[in-house]
Amino acid sequence: MSPADAVETVVGFASTLRAAGVAASPDRVHAFVTALGALDANRRDDVYWAGRLILCGNADDLGRYERAFLAYFAGEAPHRKLRPRPMPAPVARNTQGVKAAPDGAEAEDDPDGPRLSSAASVTEVLRSRDFATLSAPERAELDRLLAALRLPGELRRTRRRAPSHAGRIDRGATVRELLRSGGEPARLRRTQPRRRPRRVVVLLDVSGSMSPYAGALLRFAHATAQWGGPTRPGAGPAPEIFTVGTRLTRVTREMAHRDPDAAMAAVSAAVPDFSGGTRLGELLKQFLDRWGQRGMARGAVVVLLSDGWERGDAALLGEQMARLSRLAHRVVWANPRKARPGYAPLAAGMAAALPHVDDFVDGHSLAALERLAAVVAGAERGTARA
Amino acid sequence: MSQKTGLLPAGVSDPAGVRTALAAAGYLADDGLATAAYLALRLHRPVFLEGDAGVGKTALGLALSRLLGAPLLRLQCYEGIDASQALYDWDFPRQLLHLRAAEAAAGAAGAGLDSAELEGELYSRRFLLARPLLAALETTPSVLLVDEVDRADDEFEAFLLELLSEFSVTIPELGTVRAEVPPVVVLTSNRTREVSDALKRRCLYHWVDHPGFAREVEIVRLRLPDASARLTAQVVAAVHVLRAEDLLKPPGVAETLDWTEALVALGTESLDAELATLTLGSVLKYREDLERARRLDVGALLDAAVAQA
Repeated sequence: MSPADAVETVVGFASTLRAAGVAASPDRVHAFVTALGALDANRRDDVYWAGRLILCGNADDLGRYERAFLAYFAGEAPHRKLRPRPMPAPVARNTQGVKAAPDGAEAEDDPDGPRLSSAASVTEVLRSRDFATLSAPERAELDRLLAALRLPGELRRTRRRAPSHAGRIDRGATVRELLRSGGEPARLRRTQPRRRPRRVVVLLDVSGSMSPYAGALLRFAHATAQWGGPTRPGAGPAPEIFTVGTRLTRVTREMAHRDPDAAMAAVSAAVPDFSGGTRLGELLKQFLDRWGQRGMARGAVVVLLSDGWERGDAALLGEQMARLSRLAHRVVWANPRKARPGYAPLAAGMAAALPHVDDFVDGHSLAALERLAAVVAGAERGTARA
Repeated sequence: MSQKTGLLPAGVSDPAGVRTALAAAGYLADDGLATAAYLALRLHRPVFLEGDAGVGKTALGLALSRLLGAPLLRLQCYEGIDASQALYDWDFPRQLLHLRAAEAAAGAAGAGLDSAELEGELYSRRFLLARPLLAALETTPSVLLVDEVDRADDEFEAFLLELLSEFSVTIPELGTVRAEVPPVVVLTSNRTREVSDALKRRCLYHWVDHPGFAREVEIVRLRLPDASARLTAQVVAAVHVLRAEDLLKPPGVAETLDWTEALVALGTESLDAELATLTLGSVLKYREDLERARRLDVGALLDAAVAQA
């Protein structure tokens, strides 16, 4: 391969990679070309490893890289083949949910919905209405209100310290000031530990039994994901969001879209198991094995939004909940069905999980979600260890 | 040391050569890791290693320092680590002492203090404490090991980014310190947190996997020459069986080495069910995992392991 050929090949390969979902940015491609100059560009292994080392950024990229490499250097034109599935149009799940409301919830089928003339009072009424009973215009209004919700974690002390008028003496700053004034005793400088919100992890049940609520709860999750992260220092880490059904899907990245409709479209493309069954125990185990135990759940506030209807083994769920409660700072379970009159945690999964839940709250209405946010922030407590 | 070959030791000109040199330094690398080390030495690019605990990420830093005969400067990251712990700090008590001594001397001589001169003295290199990052820039050649970078927070990552792209730092009172030859940098992460892409973009990314059976046997033989060949093969096979089980924390190479070392210390030449049960605590560190392994019937497990070996 002559150098000019190599550059062309590399650029072609990079665009294949990008089509396969690996973010091979131009500076990385440049570094790749440099590395090939240091290696033998005619040796397949050298090219493979140099590319893998430089163009990949995380473990999820490795599989994609592998496939793209095989396809590209086997001479196929793989751009089309490797392209991820096109995103389906956003599914209007929200409006369908109303009619699908199970156990005879009084679905209001008034096609025009209530007249939203006096916005304030309507908002007030809407706040305490069960998501499952809303009409389409009410839902649109609800989505607007949900966008204002935040879910910051409880504050914790960090090891970083910030200047303050009280607290431990800051030796460095005090002496620096002393030196500045020529050794004359100066004012004592003090520091206090800084406080930051804990990480929040949201596990959202998207199984069939949750479908009347999934739409609104996803919007809620999206609103919370807009807050925090590296772009907003001081707000703490952005919440991690997973959907749970028959499969565990991490949707944190999809939820990061600023526009809620784009985010919902991305999520419905990424989540293959809307309205399926629930294998809470097994998926919770998967979450803990892959993410939770490594650190994501450590010291975090973990929020489960689920009705606790477990199709799998309830004993496994209990076991994994115990594991989760040992890792997490607090486990909050929000169950949209809890608010129903006469509700008792009889679903096998719910009963097995409850002993390991720190706060058990409702999750059926805007007011309930506001309360959930207060519980997560440590301002209120739910039913403890019911 | 020419520009063309970077920090590569004499006589090494390809990844295979680095692999041999690393083996001589006590580290058995696979193709990917050898290529990463080669490119790191040649192109001065940091290596970013991710993988489960105990697969030999930190050990690569140690091996590279042995290979180059260069000092290893290790920075263990933790939450809240800041520049005064990672980069440099002024030695305030000594500065104060110096100031007092200068005052006393001036008083005795009956002369005034020359404040400009004194200031220059107070903020000179001798009152600066070099922490690992600055020490790595000032030492040539050197190997900088930034361990468990995922434990540090975003602020520190941004700071590290600046350092790794320029290999220089500016100390306001002193001026800019630039590395003559950039140090070899190894960053490790256990993936408790996704490290920002901006940092990884400047690095060679390698996912370190558990080694295969044959290579792990080689590793144990290399590190623990006292262990008999039979014992080594048995232990490695048993660890592989355990790894295939659904454990909370699958044992890494570090655990294999610990276990073998424990058995060697007990003076045994081969592994049996009773000994294995007694020493299982050096491989499995969770009560649930221990229970699970005991339920497995250690005898059968060993038989399977020996059959595999």
